[in-house]
Amino acid sequence: MPEKIVAFSDVDFAYAETQILESVSFEVEKGSFVSVIGPNGGGKTTLVKLMIGLLQPTHGKIRLFGKQPQQSRRRVGYVPQYTTFDPQFPITVMDIVLMGRLGRLMGFYTKQDRRKAREALETVDLAQVSRSQFSKLSGGQRQRILIARALATEPDILVLDEPTSNVDVGVELRLSTLMEELNKSLTVILITHDLGFASSLVDTLLCVNKRAFIHPTSEVTEEMIRNLYDADVRYVEHGTTIGDSDA
Amino acid sequence: MRDFFSALADPAIPFIRNAFLAGILSSVAFGIIGTHVVVRRISSIAGAIAHSVLAGIGLSLFLQSRDLLPWLSPLIGAVISAIASSIIVGFVSIRAGQREDTIIGAIWAVGMAIGLLFMAVTPGYIDPMSYLFGNILLISRSDLLLIAVLDLIIVATCIVFFHQFQGSAYDEEFAKARGLHNSLYFILLLMLVAVTVVLMVSIVGIVMVIALLTLPAAVASIFSRNLWQMMVFSSIFTIIFTSVGMATSYSLDLPSGSMIIVVAGAVYLLAIVARWCFNSIQRRLSSRP
Repeated sequence: MPEKIVAFSDVDFAYAETQILESVSFEVEKGSFVSVIGPNGGGKTTLVKLMIGLLQPTHGKIRLFGKQPQQSRRRVGYVPQYTTFDPQFPITVMDIVLMGRLGRLMGFYTKQDRRKAREALETVDLAQVSRSQFSKLSGGQRQRILIARALATEPDILVLDEPTSNVDVGVELRLSTLMEELNKSLTVILITHDLGFASSLVDTLLCVNKRAFIHPTSEVTEEMIRNLYDADVRYVEHGTTIGDSDA
Repeated sequence: MRDFFSALADPAIPFIRNAFLAGILSSVAFGIIGTHVVVRRISSIAGAIAHSVLAGIGLSLFLQSRDLLPWLSPLIGAVISAIASSIIVGFVSIRAGQREDTIIGAIWAVGMAIGLLFMAVTPGYIDPMSYLFGNILLISRSDLLLIAVLDLIIVATCIVFFHQFQGSAYDEEFAKARGLHNSLYFILLLMLVAVTVVLMVSIVGIVMVIALLTLPAAVASIFSRNLWQMMVFSSIFTIIFTSVGMATSYSLDLPSGSMIIVVAGAVYLLAIVARWCFNSIQRRLSSRP
């Protein structure tokens, strides 16, 4: 029986008057590759933010490694979308990756911190740009640097919020290879709007649209996806097209 | 310009030397804190803190005139009220959400109003203009010492918390996920903004101090690759702006605070025009087949 590292039980979340998530219950097993899918505004990002304690549920219980999210969130490497950052902020790639080593109340990064940050940059193949300004790099490079920052935290879970939404196809392939590699040692939770992306890697689908349902990829049917998006969608499993009606 | 340098050395007019030294001393703090204010885009918050300083100045003038708290000089009163308002503004900004700008605007004006009321009930004539627009005659030798000490505190705090400030400013959520208390750093930064603003109030005045906090940092940001560089460059610019401004104001017999701000504004304008030209030339060169 694999360890359950994330557990939601009967979680509600409302923002002001709007109900975003309703009685959400699911568990994530250690070592799995979970793809979080669902329509925009369906609550995917909210669900992930609840998981790492950036938001508090209005009702229900969330456990991360068997504890409160705030107590164990340092074991999660969070990768937001690079487009949310201020492009005018003067900051280098190394400065950003080193943020993965934040956590002390005050003081400088140690030699050990710098070594971990360099290693993380090497993992994503971008050690050569460590002194460049972050905002001058391409979208794909910036996304990989944010992955490196998450890796520098030495996480047990990697959580990525739509890493492929602003990159081209070549970069997407490269990212999926990287994630496949990382999944050998980490649990990966990937928010995506792109059903085809990395489907051969994903073993679990978490479908979120106010409610949330978790399925092993092998059990997913075309109908489930259609219900989730309330529309016909193209859905690819393990490289084979099983439903080819256009969205 | 030569007469300015001889004035600096003239023992009969110490106030010019005091003001010049105060300007140089404060410049480092201005460069560092100005950088934080610009990258975090909190200049309206800094403006509210600066303007509410008048409350502390007015209160300390009043209390001194009644012999209630003779040690409470306007500068110390300014520091106390600036820190108090930075804490209030900080909590408002964290808690208020969408109504933030309304409340900050209110603190801005109410602080000034309280200051003016205290000045009105203080016996004798007090010219609020000196505090609003700066008056280098107000800087005493003991003020100089206080400015040096505050400057040192600001610089030391910013060095010790550099990476935490940077992380929390750049990506608040990620910093929170790493266990940093963003609100703590935000309020600490606002307290440093408060103290910094007070350093130059006598030179450029409450109304114009925000320009001196943000313009050098804005110029520096054009060619800085990281925060350290931006801080160093904007400190250097602040030194240049204050000393050039003071020297020209002395030679032309014009108010020094206004002169400093005009110099800073002119350089900023030149810098953005230069950047615009540079960018369009570069675009034209790269688009050529």
